[in-house]
Parts: sequence; C-alpha cells; structure tokens
Amino acid sequence: MRERRLAAVRPSQGLDSGQLLLICAAGMLTVAAISHTAATGLVAPQVAIGFGALIAAGELARLTMPGNREVAPVSTAAALGYALLLDVGGRQAGQPALQVVAVMAVGMITGGLPHIAVGRPPRLDAMARRLLAGSLVSFAYRPLAGSLYEKAAGGNWWPALGVMAVLVTVMLAADLVIAAMLRAGQVRTAIGVAVRDEIRMGGPLGTAVAASGILLALASHSMDMTALPAFAAPLLVTQVAFRKYAGIRATYLQTVRALSRVTEVGGYVEPGHSRRVSQLSLAIGRELGLSEPQLLELEYAALMHDIGQLSLRDPIPGGATVLADPAQAKRIAELGAEVIRKTGVLHAVAEIVRRQCDPVGDGPPLASRIIRAANAYDDLVGGSSDRDRAAAALERVRLDGGTAYDPVVVEAMARVVDRLVLVARL
Amino acid sequence: MRELPWPAKVYFVAVIGTAALLLVRGALVPDALAGIDWSTLLVLALLFLLCESVPTLLNIPQVAVSVSYSAALAAVVLIGPAGAALVGLTACLSVRPSLALVKRLFNGAQYAICGYAAGWAYAGAGGRPGLPEVSDFPGILLPYAAATAAFVAGNFALTAVMLRLAAVVARDQVSLRVIVQFLVSYIGYATFGLLIAALWSTVQSISTVLVLLPLFVARWALGHYHAEQRSYDATIAALCQAVETKDYYTRGHCTRVSAASSMIAEEVGMGIERLRAIRYAGMLHDVGKLGVPTKVLQKDGRLTEEEFAAIQLHPMRGLEIVRGIDFLDEAYAGIMHHHERLDGKGYPMGLAGMEIPEFARIIAVADAFDSMTSDRSYRRAKPIETAVAELRKNAGTQFDPVMVDAFVTALDRDGWHPPATVAPPPDDVPIETTMKDHDDPTTPIQVVSER
Repeated sequence: MRERRLAAVRPSQGLDSGQLLLICAAGMLTVAAISHTAATGLVAPQVAIGFGALIAAGELARLTMPGNREVAPVSTAAALGYALLLDVGGRQAGQPALQVVAVMAVGMITGGLPHIAVGRPPRLDAMARRLLAGSLVSFAYRPLAGSLYEKAAGGNWWPALGVMAVLVTVMLAADLVIAAMLRAGQVRTAIGVAVRDEIRMGGPLGTAVAASGILLALASHSMDMTALPAFAAPLLVTQVAFRKYAGIRATYLQTVRALSRVTEVGGYVEPGHSRRVSQLSLAIGRELGLSEPQLLELEYAALMHDIGQLSLRDPIPGGATVLADPAQAKRIAELGAEVIRKTGVLHAVAEIVRRQCDPVGDGPPLASRIIRAANAYDDLVGGSSDRDRAAAALERVRLDGGTAYDPVVVEAMARVVDRLVLVARL
Repeated sequence: MRELPWPAKVYFVAVIGTAALLLVRGALVPDALAGIDWSTLLVLALLFLLCESVPTLLNIPQVAVSVSYSAALAAVVLIGPAGAALVGLTACLSVRPSLALVKRLFNGAQYAICGYAAGWAYAGAGGRPGLPEVSDFPGILLPYAAATAAFVAGNFALTAVMLRLAAVVARDQVSLRVIVQFLVSYIGYATFGLLIAALWSTVQSISTVLVLLPLFVARWALGHYHAEQRSYDATIAALCQAVETKDYYTRGHCTRVSAASSMIAEEVGMGIERLRAIRYAGMLHDVGKLGVPTKVLQKDGRLTEEEFAAIQLHPMRGLEIVRGIDFLDEAYAGIMHHHERLDGKGYPMGLAGMEIPEFARIIAVADAFDSMTSDRSYRRAKPIETAVAELRKNAGTQFDPVMVDAFVTALDRDGWHPPATVAPPPDDVPIETTMKDHDDPTTPIQVVSER
C-alpha cells in the first residue's frame, strides 16, 4: 500500500508519452544514421574513431545532478565538437550529418554498456535528449561547413565562430525546453516553473559544455588530434566540481530524510509520518507551482516539522496530532524552529517550521500552510489509502478551511489525494 | 616588511634585484622588444591580472595556485621570455585590496623571474616563440613541458624559500599530499595555457574566453559545493544535538566524540575521505539512543535483563536510522559496533579482537574518554590523566591498544578541551537527567540476573 503511494507522489519511474516519443525518434534516427553510414562508408575513419572514443568516455563518466537529472558533459561537448568540426590539422572535415549522428550513437551506446554491466540501467530519455540535441546542431551545421571552411582557410574565422555560437545557443535553449516539458509532465508542475528550474539547474553546466564544444572544433584545426586530450582538461575540472556538488546535495537530502526518523524511533510520532507528510507536501507544492528551491525548503521543513518534540520530556500520547492541544503544538513548532536555527544556515526552513500551526489569518508562509494541511491529513488517515477514510479526512480538514487551513492548499491537496486514491484503485 | 627576519629581508631584496636586472638587461638588448606583439601581450597581461586577482579560483587550501599560470605559459609560447616576464610582472597590480605592497612586489618579481626561466627552457628544448603552426603539434609538447617544469620549479622554490625564511610555515606543515595535489592542478593549468596559445592563430583573444568559461563555471559549482558542505556539517551537528537535548548531562557529547575520533583517525594515518566519514560516524554514533525508553536511562540501581537489552539495542537503532545515507558506508560499521569489546564481551554482536571494524574501535575509545571527562549526574568529571589511565588499563580487554596509544599521542600534541562544568540542574525545573551512562567504563551498568 505504501509502495503505491510512493509511486504516485514521487516522479514516476515509468516512461510517459513524451519520453516514449523522444526515445522512438532517437532510435529511428540512430538506425537510419548507422545504416546510411554503413552503406556509404566512413569519411575520415581516424577522426571518427577519436571523437567516438571521447564520446564513449564522456558517457562512461556521466553524472546525476540534483533532481535526478542525468548529464554527460564530456560526451555532449565531444559530440558538439565533432558536429562543428571544420578541419583537423588543416585537412577539411567532410563527414556528413548522418555520420556525425552515427558516431554519437555508437559512442554513447559503447560508453553506456559498462553502466549496464554493473547494474545501472540506462536512462534512455536522457540519452535520447543528448543524441537529438547533437543531431540538431549537426543537421543545421554540416551543410554550411564547406563554405565556412573556405573563409576560415583564408584566415577569417569569425563567420564560423558566429555560426557556431548561434547554433549552440539555439541547441541549448531547445534542449532546456524539451527537458522542461518532460519534467512538467513527469512531476505535474507548470511548464513555466519547469523552464525556470531547468535554466537554473542546467544553464551553467550547459554554457560550459557549449564553450568546450566550440573550443574542441577550433582546437582541432590548430592542434590536430592533440586537441582531443587537451580539450578534455578544462571540462574535466568542471565535471569534477559538479560531481562534488551533486554528491553533497544528494547526501544532504538523504541525511535529513534519515535523521527525520529519529522522532519515530523515539516513539514521538507514528512510523513513516515525517516521510509521508513530506511527500504529500511536495505533491501539493508542485500542484501550486512552487519552484525547485522552494520545494527543497518545503521538503526539509516537512521532514523536520516534528523535530521540536525531541525537546519534550515525554512523547505526547498518540503523537502530536491535529487533536492535540494548540498551545502544545505551538510550543513544539517553536522548539523545532530553535533546533533548525542552530544550523545557522537553514533560516527559511526554521521560519516555515516555526509558523506551521499559525492560523491562516496570521499570514504564515505558503510552505507552512501546506505542511499544516498535509500533517493534519496524515494524522487522520495514517498510512492507509482507504477511499472512505481519505474522503472523511479531507472533509474534516475542509471544515476548518479559511481559519486553520488555507482553502487553496486544501483544494490542491484534495486533487493530489484524488489522484493517489485513483492510482491505488488501479 | 619591518616584521620580517633579516635573512628574509636579504632574500627579498635579492629576488627583486634579480628581476629588475633581468628586465633591464632584456630591454637593453637590441631587438629584444622588437618581436613582441604588444596587443597579444596586453590581452595576456589582463588575463593574468584577472586570474591573479581571483585567487580562489580552484585553489587548494595551503598553496594558492591560480589560473594565472596558464596565461604566463601561453605568453611563453606566443611572445617569448621577455613577454612572459612582463606578463608575470603585472602581479604587482593585483586588485586584491588586502595584499600588502611587499607581497605585491615579491609576487611580481618572482613571476617575472619564472617567466624568463620558462622562456629559456622553452627555447632550450627546441621551441620557437610565436604563433604555433599546425605542423608544430605534437612536437611542441616537449618544449612546452620543459617550460612548464621550469616555471613550476622556479615558482615553487622562490615561494617556498620565502615562506620558510619568513617562518610562515613550519617544515613538516606542507605534506606530500598537498604537493601532489599542487602538481596535478599545475599540469591542468599548463594544459589551459597550451590551449590558449594554440587557438590564438584562429580566434585570438576569444580563445581565452572559450578556455576560461568552463573554469569559471567550475569555480561557481565549487563555490556552491563548499557552501552546501558547510551547511551540511552545521545541519548534521544541529540535528545530533537535538537528539541529545533530552539528557541534561550528555549535551555536546556527539561533537566531542566526533572530534576525538578524527584525532585518532588522523594519528593512525587515515586518508581524507575516511577522515570525513569517521567524523560523521562519531557525530551519529548515538542517534539510536532515542529508542531507549527514558525510564530505563533514569532508573536508579540495577537493570533487569530486559531493560539492559533495550540499551544494547541502541547501536542497531542508530544504524536503522542512518542506513539511508549512501556515502556513510564504512561509518555504518562504526555506529553499529561501537560498543563491542576486544575480549568479545561487548554488544550488540559480541565481536572480538580484529573482527571489530576499525571505525568502531576508534569510536569506542573516543566515546569512553568523553564520557569520563564529562560531568554526570552521579559523579563529577574526571581529570584527563585519570581518564587516560583508565583507557590504558582497559586497553587489550575493552579497547584496541593501538587506538589508545594513537589517542594519547594526539592528546599530548593537540590537547583537549573538556566540556565546561555543568551546574547541577535546579530542582524546580523538570529536566531530564539519567542515572547511568552506558558509555562510562568506570561505572558499568549493573544487571539483575533473573535466573
């Protein structure tokens, strides 16, 4: 029963129609490109193999950014470099667009194999996105490559650089929008919010990757194949930095999730309460169009909303339910905020926790109102997903709408719960 | 300047003098400046200055290395020794306001010397200053490596001597690991310099933008990483303290055990990653204690076997809580087994000798030591000497003698700040105090045998 709730509230692990469409498109493109290249033969096989190997290596070193976003900076930049290539050490690069796609596909599949071997299944949608983005640049640029090379060979590199910059920018934008559309479908958030989130999360790394792709194409002119290892250096530094960043973000969330369970182990609240409240709160927050940083604060606050009880002498019988004394609840909120404030960093989270039981009239933050409603609902329903019980609990919360609970939040919660119950019935 | 010891002053003057001599000589030689492309020099000098002014760019704690190296090395290839020296000289103009004039002068002078040295090494190994041609690759790598080596050696030696003379760092303070890190990052920066030089023939100064953009993004990400890391440490400490607030006397126990554990771990030579893990393991070792009913901890006198079992369960409860945190891998074992004894009489599993994981043997020592040197409701804190004697007495039966020795060595060197004396709680305020401390080896928990 709990598993079903998890599946419904968290980003679904299955594929939705948008992702399927993307993967099919990438698959068909791959088949077409590889068969076409096999029929016509490789142009400049050494160069193709060099870039293919770099793409494979980059795919091997891919990393997962916060929000479960898979990226492969080195692979993407190498693919861009190959698509944008004008010449290698003075020899004009004549590979057709379909060959670029074929090299990308083969490189990505090769680099993905070790991941499968150690039991990390491929994220097909992310790979498809990378492939399509690279193909887009390649199809737009390869037909122009001949004339641009003539100018460049005459010493004027500026037109080539301009075209590269424009195309890469367009590609970045297209990629971000596609990612945002997929995400909006997956986690049920508004498309505008999703685009902003993608720009915030993907923008800086995307810029670095784009610059490196152009760098690689230009460096291949001056440095011949020496460019391949040399170019990887700046991007490797970037990749290491992002890996560290993604690692600490993941650890942080895991730790707060884990430590929020001390209230359960201590017998202060029902088992699974903090986790359920945080998941329901997140779903409501998405329904109400919160952005990712806001959702993160909401999640932290929801996980720790009962942490103040640790300072109590003895657990309240039955936990701090909606039915407990309001003065007591207020005190727990204050104590909890005090604990969180001691971190010296999570000020916003502390404020959300402090005001989690303020009546709507006092104007508490939206996150506090969400947690209050989600907490009440979970206290009434517990881990059950029984329809009648859910309906009764919603009704009970609705009765206090406008005073204790924000009616907008309660309605959003009703929609989320409806979906859950629907999923549970299927 | 005035506070420097006299050998440092002499050295300082010598370095400045050498740099000035080299620059003047370079300017006097006919044609020395004729071959210099001044616009290239200007761009590289600006780049150097920019990087020098943002020294936190990807640097490592003790030795501040900045990307400015790449600009100087690119100048070696593109303009030659005199150009590289002039680029290095701009370090004097660094816009970091906190930098004293003496340091500016020294930096400028030593970079100028290094620039010359790298330029000569480059020419000596067969390199030809100027825009690199396609046919120069990969043959250029050898002279470039020579230039790199000359630059790093010069920079390292000149700075190290100054630091030693000025007595800023002690001899053993710069460890091998730091030097290796320094060299690796140096190779990275050298590569950037080569990229900048190689791209110069096509897109000139744009090449610097293309090379540096990924680096600035990396810096941005690293900045966020450090901020998150600090925030994470603060959060984990605050949450662990929250777990302790219930017990009046054990407050701060987790942070002190964490500190003592990392002292021992450092002494036995653990690497950075494991040190980090044991810091968290020490912090989290008692989170499972909340699962022990308060009435058991507060009970005066002997415990029943059932009640003692509840205490023995706390490491498992702790493990249950932290299991969701991936990176703690080795720390799990430390949390789970920190009450095992070398003679096999500990809990929860009764492991003996070296079956007990290393982390657990370390935390056991730190845990007992802090318990003994803190006030408890039933006794005052013991002095450090008494606690150490107690640790030694139980080494081999309860504790691992190696860890005890390491801890004593570390204590002698670094000292220890025991918690401030805790005033007994006022009688009229209802405050939790426990009648027994499961960590205290001097007052073992008494259990009533039910048979």
